[in-house]
Parts: sequence; C-alpha cells; structure tokens
Amino acid sequence: MAYSDKVVDHYSNPRNVGTLDKASEDVGTGLVGAPECGDVMRLQIKVNPETQVIEDAKFKTFGCGSAIASSSLATEWVKGKTIDEALAISNTDIVKELALPPVKIHCSVLAEDAIRAAIGDWKKKKGVEETASVAVAAH
Amino acid sequence: MSTVAATVEVPKGVKLPIYMDNHATTPLDPRVLEAMMPYFTTIFGNAASRNHSFGWEAEQAVENAREQVAKLIGATAKEIIFTSGATESNNLAIKGIAEMYRERGNHIITQVTEHKATLDTCKKLEKQGYKVTYLPVKADGLVDLEDLKAAFTPETILVSIMYANNEIGVIQPVAEIGKLCKEKGVLFHTDGVQAVGKIPVDVIKDNIDVLSLSGHKIYGPKGVGALYVRRRNPRVQIAEQINGGGHERGMRSGTLNVPGIVGLGKACEIAREEMVEETARLIAMRDHLKQRFESVLDYVHVNGNMDHHLPGNLNMSFVYVEGESLLMGINDIAVSSGSACTSATLEPSYVLKALGLGDDVAHSSIRFGLGRFNTMEEVDYVADKLIDVVQKLRELSPLYEMVKEGIDLSKIEWAAH
Repeated sequence: MAYSDKVVDHYSNPRNVGTLDKASEDVGTGLVGAPECGDVMRLQIKVNPETQVIEDAKFKTFGCGSAIASSSLATEWVKGKTIDEALAISNTDIVKELALPPVKIHCSVLAEDAIRAAIGDWKKKKGVEETASVAVAAH
Repeated sequence: MSTVAATVEVPKGVKLPIYMDNHATTPLDPRVLEAMMPYFTTIFGNAASRNHSFGWEAEQAVENAREQVAKLIGATAKEIIFTSGATESNNLAIKGIAEMYRERGNHIITQVTEHKATLDTCKKLEKQGYKVTYLPVKADGLVDLEDLKAAFTPETILVSIMYANNEIGVIQPVAEIGKLCKEKGVLFHTDGVQAVGKIPVDVIKDNIDVLSLSGHKIYGPKGVGALYVRRRNPRVQIAEQINGGGHERGMRSGTLNVPGIVGLGKACEIAREEMVEETARLIAMRDHLKQRFESVLDYVHVNGNMDHHLPGNLNMSFVYVEGESLLMGINDIAVSSGSACTSATLEPSYVLKALGLGDDVAHSSIRFGLGRFNTMEEVDYVADKLIDVVQKLRELSPLYEMVKEGIDLSKIEWAAH
C-alpha cells in the first residue's frame, strides 16, 4: 500500500512518543483499541490547571503505520489547545491531513477516540461535569 | 526525537531491495529462461499440429518436459497433465473427482489450513450438495491422524490435504495420510505447490493419487503448472472442467503453453539435481536467521513445527509489534506479514489462527521465505534491520511497556471497536 509522505514522515519520526505520570492530577490518559484488532493507542495529555490549555501530550501506539501516524498527529494537534478546542478535532480532519486510504479511516477514528478518552479521564479526575458534546460515540 | 527509520548499514555485496518472499513466487532461474527462449520465436509451433514439423518439434518439447516433471515426483510421463498453474490444478483435481465419483459418495475431507484454491473450491462444492469436513490442525500445524481416521464416512470419496503449508512451512505426514486413504479406498489429492522441488516428493512412496504443482514456485515461469493423475492402482478418473479440443487426454483442453511447459520441465530438472545441496544451504540460512532473532529479542516465537518444516521457511511472531508497521520499517526487504491490517476485515491470517494463536500474536507475525538466490550476507542484513525496527517499534508500543511493568494484558478490559 502506498502511503502519503505525511504518514511515512510521522511513522519514521513519530512526535511526542512517551509516557506522562498517570497518577498526576493534571494528566489525563486515554487507552483505546484492542490487541486482537491489531491496534492499541495510548494518548496522554497534561493540562494547565489554570488556563485549561493542554501543555504536553504523549503517545504510544501498537498498530499499523497509519495508526502510529494518526496518534502522532493527534498529539501535535492537541498541544497548545484548550480542552474545548481539542474536543473539536475530528477524525475527518486527521484523514484529510494524512490522506489516509479508505481502509485506514479506522485509525483516525481511534485517534479521535483517544483524544476524547484522555480528556474524559482528566475531567473525571478534576470532577468536571461531562457535557453532551464530550460523550464518546460508540462504534 | 524518537525515530523508527533504521540506521543499519548495508554490507558490501548486498543489493537492495532484498527479496525474501519465495513462497509467494520465485524469480526465474536464468537457465530456465535460456531453455524457454527458442519456443517463443523459432520453435513456435502448436503442439497439437500433427501434420508438419513445427507442430512435431513443439510436441517433442512438451513430451520432454512431461518426462522432466514426472521424474521429479516419481511418476511416469503419461500421468502428467499440464495446466495454467496450481489453482487450476487444485480446481481440476477436486471438482473433477467430485463430479466423476458422485455416484460413489458426496463427502470430501480437507483441512482448515489449506490454500484458498482448495478451500474455496470445496465451499463451491458444498453449495452443489457435497459435504465437506474441514479438519482442524494441532498447535504445531500438523494434522491429527486420529481426527482424519474419525472423519471418514462410507460417503467419503476424496481427501485433499496439502503437502507443505505456504505460510508456516509445516510438512504434513503425507505418506501416512496416503496409506490411510488407500486402506479406506478413498482417493488422496495433495496440493504440492510448496513441497515439490523443495523436498523429496514421491507419489509412489507417499501414496498420492493426485498432486498439484506450479512452475513459478520452483524458479520456473508463472502461468504454468501440472496435475499428476495416477494411472494404475488405482486408475484415477477426472471429469474435465474445460472443454475444447481434447488436449491433455481430454482432461484439460486448450492450446498448450509450450514455452511455459518447457520452462516448467527445466525448472523441475534443476530442482531434482540440486535439491540436496540447496536444502542444506537454505536450512543453514534459516537457522541462522532464527538464532539471530532469538538471541537478541524477547517475546519472539516460531510458528509451526520446526521438525517437519520446509528448508526455506521461517514464520515468527514479534509480539507487541504489529506486522504491517514492521514491514513499513523494512521497506527494502520483501517479506510477508500475517497481519491483515490492510484488508477491510482486519482479520489476521486464518492459518495462524488455526494454530490457536491469539489475534494479537497473529497480527505480529512475519513470514520469511528464503530461496535459491538469497545469500548469508542478506540474511545478516535482514536480521540486523528487523531487530533494529522491532526494538524501535517496541519503544513505541504501549503493550510492550505494560508487559514490562508486569501488567497482565489479558486482564484489561479492551474497548471493542
């Protein structure tokens, strides 16, 4: 399968690989996917408690090149955004940016889920009310 | 910044890309090409033209090739039917026998790890009212002979079990299967595509009634194959699936692919003469590759019984790394992945699953297919590069990190998606 240059670049030089302190009050962790399905993404965010701006993001992904690229891109995009801005990132944005082929759209959905799961985890820790817009779509 | 891009040096004498996917196809041996060349241009006759020298010459070449193919598998020339390849051979064998012996019974036995050319043919026959038993395999990929014994019914007319598996390289106990079939008076077909020319195959010793083989898996041309059909004890009858001029004793009509057939014959001759030497070389390279991985990496394991194994095959799981991303990191090396991340279903290899491998491990598997033209220098480069990329991807793998922390992955409630 011929990937776009952007997928190859993110795969070859993934951004923000690593682990944040899961126990920290300001860190939200999202773990999505399943080993049986061939992809598992873990995306973490570190949120400034005053400004609600995402100051840092890290990821680790088990999956194909598109899954790695999607999660790498997701960490780049959420950094510097507020929680609400990060929630506005949709999988179609990721598909467009990486020019993912149709069979790989799944990977972008997973990345969107990972962002939402990380934010959800952070909100739970902070005791922030879940709003309708945060609800993770089941699929 | 972390990077997956490999930093392994290419040793002198190694030309990239490296081809190590010889189960899929093999390059044509230059000696085969040389033998074929005249039959495209100067000796171009139709082997069925009986009334001039152009036809006679072509026919002579075909009969010579028939001898060469027969000799490789211990058959006689009259028992060789030329086809377009092993998919056609499997179709002709299974459908042809099912149709011809319908009055005797309607039951066929095969196994779950067969090639699709056999499985899909059997599925089609099921739609036509035949009953098919798909035998499971043991964790090492071998068929359980007790299962086979238990599967026979008075209606059974055919057993079709491959000689050696294309993904995991496991060689089935063909002679014993053949013996069982003989005792039961049931015909035995074997898909010999991966075995013929690689290991000694003898249709008499192995009690084989019908055998499929292919040119392009043994350094011959694509688009040509053969079917061995036993002529005595018992005389096997096959209903033709393609009608026409009654070529190939009526079993397979169509103008003969003379250059292809000449190439197949030459490929068989070379395989027979060089098999012993080639086998030793392939085993040395394969074992070296395996040893390199096992000495450096943790969480790797071999799929398929290594005591009953094709010399050039190595199927390994690099757990906690996904196969397709692994292939992406070694894009100057041609191998295959048991991961099916590229397919719409996301289902990993059905052969690996049949061994009882979890989907996660099946997604992490790579098939190496060593062949005649690979070198030890290439093997070392492949090992270096694979190890490098596996290590880098594991730094990226949340699963590897969790396992290293002592977390039991099976206890995690994964979100289905």
